[in-house]
Amino acid sequence: MDSESKQIKDLREIKNLMERSSRFLSLSGLSGISAGIVALAGAVIAYFILDTGQIKYDTHFYLLQPLPFENVLMPLILLGIVVLVLALGLGLFFSWRKAKKHNLKMWDHTTKRLLINLFIPLVSGGFFSLLLIYRNDISLLASVTLIFYGLALVNASKYTLDEIRYLGISEIILGMLAGIFINFGLFFWAIGFGVLHIVYGSMMYFKYER
Amino acid sequence: MKDILSKLNKAFESRVRLGIMSVLVVNDWVDFNTMKYLLEATDGNLASHLKALELKELIEMRKQFVGRKPKTSYRVTHTGRQLFKQHIEALENLINNQ
Repeated sequence: MDSESKQIKDLREIKNLMERSSRFLSLSGLSGISAGIVALAGAVIAYFILDTGQIKYDTHFYLLQPLPFENVLMPLILLGIVVLVLALGLGLFFSWRKAKKHNLKMWDHTTKRLLINLFIPLVSGGFFSLLLIYRNDISLLASVTLIFYGLALVNASKYTLDEIRYLGISEIILGMLAGIFINFGLFFWAIGFGVLHIVYGSMMYFKYER
Repeated sequence: MKDILSKLNKAFESRVRLGIMSVLVVNDWVDFNTMKYLLEATDGNLASHLKALELKELIEMRKQFVGRKPKTSYRVTHTGRQLFKQHIEALENLINNQ
């Protein structure tokens, strides 16, 4: 019947507009995969900077072996900045490509809303991590960064693809584990920022972009 | 069947109006240009449908100045939200009954 197809078309159009106008859909799975690969490479380099794992931040070891600034802390900070810039750059590039392909605007009100909701918990976590470093109490750094990152993702997930919510919850669980197994901070970081991004990125890529 | 058809609201019959309502029920204030971009409608066409919905008090309008430029934004009213929800339910019922 002709009118039936019109109603189905109407409903599909309604659903499409609701999604398109309220969520940032340009997020590409490839962004996640590339960020994950960069993070894994960063974790491997960090492992060597930390004297192939000899420096541990268990309270006991930490007191015995405070991190020497020029040899360890400085390279770690530089590495962190490089990893962040590369991951963000590649992430932006692949999302921009997806936006172009689907004729979506990369920067519109959904982007703004997504970023605001992502950055409130994320920046809080960043400053709290700096506070921990300032207080010389870095044992929970891996845990704190993973948990705040997870909370930021859960908070932002309302404004983008659903997978981000589950990625966030996984990061929070991992952060808790990192707090329990305190000597494996780098390992949990590599899982959280590397492996999980690659896993969820691939899921999103195969679900939405193939 | 008659009952379902009576619930289909005439106010939402055009594609543009359906679009306007879809965007407004999931967003707070949406400005004219964003709406135009989302619906791929022309200025005149969009403006006349917005006016019609506003006159029926299904949506409300707000004018603000951003710098020197006026910015017109729209939001769905309580009545508009309810009627649109009924309209969608009626559409779904029609499809399921056939």
